[in-house]
Amino acid sequence: MMTPLNGFLFISALLFAIGLGGALTRRSAILVLVGIELMLNAANLNFIAFWRYGPHPEALTGVLFVIFSIAIAAAEAAVGLALIQAVYRHAKTTDVNELDAMKG
Amino acid sequence: MVWIVRNLWLIPALPAAAAAVIALSRQAQRKLSAGLAIGSMGISLLLALIALAHMLAQPATEYVNFRWIEFGSEWLKFGWMLDPLTAIMLVMVTLVSLLIFIFSVGYMAHDENFTRFFCFLALFAGAMLGVVIANNLVLLFMCWEVVGLTSYLLIGFWYHKPEAAAAAKKAFIVTRIGDLGLFLGMLWLYSLSGTLVFYDNGAGCLEHAAVSAMVAHAAALGLTASSAIGLLIFCGAAGKSGQVPLHVWLPDAMEGPTPVSALIHAATMVAAGVFLIARMYPLISATANGGTSQALEVVAWVGAITALFAAFIAVAQDDIKRILAYSTISQLGYMMLGLAVGGVAVGIFHLITHAFFKSLLFLGAGSVIHGCNGEQDIHKMGGLRKRMPITFATYAAGMLALCGVPLFAGFWSKDEILHSAHGWNVSAVPYYLGAAAALLTAFYMTRQVAYVFFGKNRMAAEAGAEHADEHAAGHAAGHGADAHGTGHGVGEVHESPAVMTVPLIILALFATFLGFVGTPAWPWFQAFLGGRHAALDFRAFAGSGILPLMAISSLIVFAGLGLAWWLYGRKPIESAEATDALARIMPGPFHVLARRVYVDEVYGVMVIGPARWCARAMNWADRWVWNGAVQAVAGLVTGVAWIDSSLDAAVINTGFDRGCEGVSRGGWLVTRVQSGRVQSYLRVLGIALVALVLFLFWSHKG
Amino acid sequence: MTAPFVILAILAIAGATAAMTLRKLVHCALALAVCFVGLAGLYLNLNAQFVGLVQILVYVGAVVILIVFAILLTRHDELPAQTSRTRIAGLGVSALVFALLAWAVTAGGAKFGAAGTQPEAAIKDIGSALMQRYVLPLEVVGLLLTAALIGAVVIAMEEKKSK
Repeated sequence: MMTPLNGFLFISALLFAIGLGGALTRRSAILVLVGIELMLNAANLNFIAFWRYGPHPEALTGVLFVIFSIAIAAAEAAVGLALIQAVYRHAKTTDVNELDAMKG
Repeated sequence: MVWIVRNLWLIPALPAAAAAVIALSRQAQRKLSAGLAIGSMGISLLLALIALAHMLAQPATEYVNFRWIEFGSEWLKFGWMLDPLTAIMLVMVTLVSLLIFIFSVGYMAHDENFTRFFCFLALFAGAMLGVVIANNLVLLFMCWEVVGLTSYLLIGFWYHKPEAAAAAKKAFIVTRIGDLGLFLGMLWLYSLSGTLVFYDNGAGCLEHAAVSAMVAHAAALGLTASSAIGLLIFCGAAGKSGQVPLHVWLPDAMEGPTPVSALIHAATMVAAGVFLIARMYPLISATANGGTSQALEVVAWVGAITALFAAFIAVAQDDIKRILAYSTISQLGYMMLGLAVGGVAVGIFHLITHAFFKSLLFLGAGSVIHGCNGEQDIHKMGGLRKRMPITFATYAAGMLALCGVPLFAGFWSKDEILHSAHGWNVSAVPYYLGAAAALLTAFYMTRQVAYVFFGKNRMAAEAGAEHADEHAAGHAAGHGADAHGTGHGVGEVHESPAVMTVPLIILALFATFLGFVGTPAWPWFQAFLGGRHAALDFRAFAGSGILPLMAISSLIVFAGLGLAWWLYGRKPIESAEATDALARIMPGPFHVLARRVYVDEVYGVMVIGPARWCARAMNWADRWVWNGAVQAVAGLVTGVAWIDSSLDAAVINTGFDRGCEGVSRGGWLVTRVQSGRVQSYLRVLGIALVALVLFLFWSHKG
Repeated sequence: MTAPFVILAILAIAGATAAMTLRKLVHCALALAVCFVGLAGLYLNLNAQFVGLVQILVYVGAVVILIVFAILLTRHDELPAQTSRTRIAGLGVSALVFALLAWAVTAGGAKFGAAGTQPEAAIKDIGSALMQRYVLPLEVVGLLLTAALIGAVVIAMEEKKSK
């Protein structure tokens, strides 16, 4: 059975899987970060959908959580991209295959 | 509640904050660090004076408590308190600290770690003031330990000297033994009274309800619980205040810079033990029938024995600071005796006067050492009276106060202790011990002054024999005991700069005149601590045998002075190698005293010896018993393995090779996991997530 | 299953897929912007107007631009595709995760959800909630953003060569 909530949850799951797949298969560190952003957005969509169809929409919990989550995602993106910049300057590449200095 | 009580925490917080700022600043910022330390002390002094004024206006016990940590259903309450005792101690600590900080600017001027020194000093002052205002035994204990820490840091300030490092460790460990007792006392007190707050609207552990419950509670050996706890707390106080038998660390603590000796090991920290007894007095002195509690009897005996014992040792010391160190131990014994036989006011009065004249003496000694380019042996000084007139005059004031010459500060406070001891209802022996110690005090101080300030300057003579020109520079390098003064390059014995002499003069004024606030005729100090009003009444001299006792103690003091002068001052001491006058008369006892009655050696045999023996036994057991067992097992296993391998070589070999291959393949697989690549880690994370969700789901269902 | 939902969902999914599969990095960034716009539309569709607008402002307006800058500041010649083993393993794991999520949605999602109420998240309510009940998290997030700002600048700053 396909309620409206289920529809949103499916979209969210699909977005998460696409983000994960990208983060796992792309070689560019920037695209790995993009994949992570997509996964975060999938989680946000879940929050909004549960808020909309949940039992206590007047509490605004889901909305506020998403607002905070967006703020933190923005901070994360800024720091992440700065790190990629620093790593690029150091290793002259953004290829995650070559960034294996921690190899055991 | 007035402003000053609510904001009393500022007094310790300011120096502590200054210490934090100094710790963060660079070594080169000498002016900033000294200015911060001195400035914060100055403000603290002002606040302390305001607090004292408030207490003078309306003496009472005021406190602020607040909840800090919740554990279980209980709240740990912290807070600070202000009563006359606190106010007096605050003023004394801030004033003495301020003067010593100023003195240090001159004394440490050539030290490369000047900034670090002021950081430690300010931290010490903050912690000490915290001890004074704490309204909670836990808070007091915390500050107490910080005080111990700074003491350790400052004794070992010149840590490149092995003696200083060893002395710092010794001080830390010996006081820790006492603190163990204090800690046990704290735990016991908490288990009986359920609180460690001193005053809390009738619910505090020093207030009537808790104390009377503890008096009724009997501990072992015929002690009441209050006395037993009091004795445990006295352990901590004895460690900090260098009472026999835990006094051994204090003389060694003189390895630190001299201002440290003056501030920490003469005026304030060592007095913290005495202060602790005074603070806990309602508990320690409590008895069911109003007599003397067992704990106080012990305190009195320990104090009296310490006073005499340390005074004996001081007679035969050669190091100018060690003489003062033993003198400090002796005076701390007096304070303990005074607390036990005469009450809080008697002991604390001596604490205050002693703080001033002893820090004066230490700073004077520092000035002498500074002027003599690091020399500390009194045999090698001499004749400094003319070359360092200000130092000599102030030192003499301190010495007369310490000896108890009539009208100087020490006379009034010491006489009051002897008077109380004379009237003690338990035993008269402590009085005689104290009187004998007074005689010795006068004797050893006169000996020291005669050696240092009178006679011929033996330093120049001795050095002149070696090198005509650069005598003192070579001398300082050879004897650089205080690791100081080599930066001068000036050979001549010289008077110290004003930054050092001005604190000396101020302290000398206090040492001379402070006693008049607590004379029998006008016992203002005692009345203030007791919350009474003092009236000027010269008839008090006539009552209860005060005048005869004063006459006797004056006679004793003058006897000591005269005897020492006859031995040491009559003929000027000519040579540094000359035998001590006392050693000529009684070589045997003098030698024993010079070696500090072998207390360190006895500890070496009794404590360190067994410990070493134990360690050796353990080592032997380790090597032969355990190692033997291990060897035997290993031999057995090797034998079995040998039989095994020779019997089944072919089978095992093949199997082993397979096993090795398996292991190395496994190892290869494991290294593959540690690829260093983000994506492979993330992949494992994803799989683990799926597995975890499935596991939780099924375990929930099943 | 309304028409706007289907259109927006297709927009978001297509954008995400394109962002994760296109060869050129700049194209990926643009596809990501499309995906975020689709998501913002979904939020509006869910009556969460404020969040939808924030999504456009922050993600489309800031994060995507940041990513474009990062692409411009690094060498942007194309990297060869990931090795086939890694690709297959990665796609397998993500398919596994999707299967798990989809199964969880069908198994447990029907318990509630078809509610007919149309909740409103008025900006006034969000504002007062942020200023009253959630004021401490708000302050903490502010602090975090400041720290991230400073941290990002420090990390990305050119190190002094001569020291």
